[in-house]
Amino acid sequence: MTETHFVRTQMIEEQEPPGATTGAVGWMRENLFSSPLNAILSLLSLAFIYWLLAQALPWLISPTWQANSLTECREIIAEAGYGGACWGLIRERFLQFIFGFYPPHLYWRVVLDFALLAVALAPILFTGLPRKMLYFSAVYPFLMPWLLWGGTIWTPVMAAVGFVIGYLAQRFLKPVVGDLAATILAFVLPVVWWIFLAGPVPNAFASILPLAIETVESRAFGGYMLSITIGVVAIALSLPIGILLALGRQSDLLIVRSLSVGFIEFIRGVPLITLLFVASTLLNIFMPPGTDFDIILRVIIMVTLFASAYMAEVIRGGLAALPRGQYEAADALGLDFWMAQRLIIMPQALKISIPGIVSTFIGVFKDTTLVSIIGLLDPLGLSRAILADSNWNGIVWEIYGFIAVMFFIFCFSMSRYSMYLERKLRTEHR
Amino acid sequence: MSEMPAERTVDRSHMQVSDEIAIQITHMNKWYGTFHVLRDINLTVHRGERIVIAGPSGSGKSTLIRCINRLEEHQSGEIIVDGTELSSDLKNIDKIRSEVGMVFQHFNLFPHLTILENCTLAPIWVRKVPRKQATETAMHFLEKVKIPEQANKYPGQLSGGQQQRVAIARSLCMMPRIMLFDEPTSALDPEMIKEVLDTMVELAEEGMTMLCVTHEMGFARQVANRVIFMDQGQIVEQNEPEAFFNNPQHERTKLFLSQILGH
Repeated sequence: MTETHFVRTQMIEEQEPPGATTGAVGWMRENLFSSPLNAILSLLSLAFIYWLLAQALPWLISPTWQANSLTECREIIAEAGYGGACWGLIRERFLQFIFGFYPPHLYWRVVLDFALLAVALAPILFTGLPRKMLYFSAVYPFLMPWLLWGGTIWTPVMAAVGFVIGYLAQRFLKPVVGDLAATILAFVLPVVWWIFLAGPVPNAFASILPLAIETVESRAFGGYMLSITIGVVAIALSLPIGILLALGRQSDLLIVRSLSVGFIEFIRGVPLITLLFVASTLLNIFMPPGTDFDIILRVIIMVTLFASAYMAEVIRGGLAALPRGQYEAADALGLDFWMAQRLIIMPQALKISIPGIVSTFIGVFKDTTLVSIIGLLDPLGLSRAILADSNWNGIVWEIYGFIAVMFFIFCFSMSRYSMYLERKLRTEHR
Repeated sequence: MSEMPAERTVDRSHMQVSDEIAIQITHMNKWYGTFHVLRDINLTVHRGERIVIAGPSGSGKSTLIRCINRLEEHQSGEIIVDGTELSSDLKNIDKIRSEVGMVFQHFNLFPHLTILENCTLAPIWVRKVPRKQATETAMHFLEKVKIPEQANKYPGQLSGGQQQRVAIARSLCMMPRIMLFDEPTSALDPEMIKEVLDTMVELAEEGMTMLCVTHEMGFARQVANRVIFMDQGQIVEQNEPEAFFNNPQHERTKLFLSQILGH
C-alpha cells in the first residue's frame, strides 16, 4: 500500500469542465435523458403533448370567422371539410365582450381611459421611467371615474380638493395645534368637505363654467371593461388598506389591534358572494330612503374590503419574517415609527410578500366574475345572455374558451411581472 | 480569545477623560416579567471614557447597554444621557437615540439598501442633512473604516467583518457623542475580528465615549480605561484594566477570568 495523503506543493489552476455538460446536448442529457426512466418519461410526455395538439389544433383552426349563426358555421365546416369551432360568435360579440352596453359613440372614452391607466401605472411598475410621470399617476384616480361615468368635471376636481385640504391641514396646522390634532384634522376636514360641500359647490361651479361630458349610467357598464374597472380599483386600494390593517394588527394599542383583528377575521370568514349580495340588496335597505348609491361603487367597496383583509394577512406574513434586528437598528438610528415603516420595514416586508400579494391580486381579478351573480354583466354575465340567443344556441366551448383566454392573459401578465420584480429586488447575491 | 496583535501600539494622546458626565445611571432596575434582570445599577460614564463590560452570558450586560438607548425599557431608577432623562416621552427617546450610536452583534444592516444608502439614510431623514452633504460624510466614514470601494454594493455581498465596519460607519454618520457596542465581534470569523477591533481602537484613539460589551480581553486591556464585571444582573466589580486582570477582587470575577484566560 502506498501512502495516499500528501501535501500539494503547487496550487492547481482553474480547469475546463468535462465535455457535454454544457450546451444544447448537455442540457438535454441533464434535463430530459438523465436516466433510462427519465428518458422514457420524457418520450411519453412528448407523445402526450403531440396527441393533445393533434386533437385541438384542427378544431381551433376553423374557417368560421364570418358565420352569423351556428347553422351557418356547420354549413361552412361541412363545405370546407375541416375545422370545428364556431368563431363567428366571437366576431359578432367581440365589442360587447369588451365594452358591455356602453354607448358605441363613446367607446373612445373607455379606450382612452385604459390607455391612460397604462401610462399612470408605468412609472409605478417600472422604476426606470422618469419620476415626473408619477404626478400623472396621482391625478389619474380622479380622471378615471370621470372619463368612464362622465358628468361635470367639477365633481372629480372637488374630490381632489378634499385631499389637498387634508394635506394642507397636516402641513400648516401642525405648528399651530400640535402633532396629534393636526393629524386628526387632516382626516376630519376632508370628510366634512366631501359630505357637506362637495355636493353643492360643483353645482355652483358647473353653472358658471359648465365643463361636462355625456353621462353614462352604471347599467351600461359590462364586459371586460367592468371587470377591469372593479379589479383595478380593488387592487389599487386593497394594498394600502391591507398595509394599514397589518400594522394595526401588530399595534400595541389594544383598540386598534382589536378592530383590525375583528375586521380581518370577519371579512375572511364570510364568502365574497355574501358580501356582494349585501352590496346589491341589503345595503339599500339600511341607507336613508332616496339615496342613490351606485351599484358598481357598492360592489367595488365590497370587493376592496374583501381583498384588503386577505392582503393584510399576506403582509403580516412578510412582517413576521423580518428579523427583530431591523426594527432595533431603525430605532437605534433615531427613526420614528412611520419613517422606520416606510424606509426599512415595508420595503423589505412587501418584497418578501410579493408572491402572496400578486396571488391575491390575481384572485381579486378573477373574483370580479362573481358580480354576474348579482346581475352585473361582466363577461360571464354576458355569456349567459349570449347563450340564450337562438342564433348561437348550443355554443359553449368557444365562448368560455374565449373568456378564459382573456382572463389568462391578464393574470399571466401579473404573474410574470411579479417574477420580474422579485428578480429586480433581489440584493442578496449579486 | 484573540489577543490584540502585539505590534499595534495604541496612541493615547487624545484619550482624555473629561469631568463632564455623559451617562448617569442611578438605582436602575429592570424586570422581564417577574425575572429581575438588572438590579440596582449605578453607573457614571464621563465624556471620553472607554468602558468594557464583561461577564458571563445572562448576566445582563447587553440588557444594560440596550437600556441606555431605550431598546429595552427600565422600570425604576433614572438614566440620564447627555443631560436628557430617559422617560416614556417619545421626543426625548428620539433625541437620545440620534445622539447615541449603536453597533449590534449581528450588524443589522438594511439588506435592501446599498452600503452608501445604509449610511446616508438616518442623516437625511432624521437630521435633515442635504443628500449631497450626507453622501460626503458617509464616504468620509467609509474611508475611515477602509471600505469606500464597497459603497455601491449591498450588505449581502460583503463579508461579516466588512459588514460590521459598515455598521460602525453607519452609526458614526449620525455624529454620535456616545457609541454603544453590543458584542460587535461575537458573530465574526476569527480572521475578521481583528479588522473590526482595529476600527474600534481608532475610534477610541479619537476620544469617543464608548461602552463595549465584549469578550475581547485584549481589547479591554489595551483600550479601556475601566472594566466593569457583571453577574446576575449586578455590577460586582469595576476597576482599571491592569488591576482588573492582575488582581481581581470578587470570587466570581476570578472564576470568570480563569475560565476565559486560562488556556
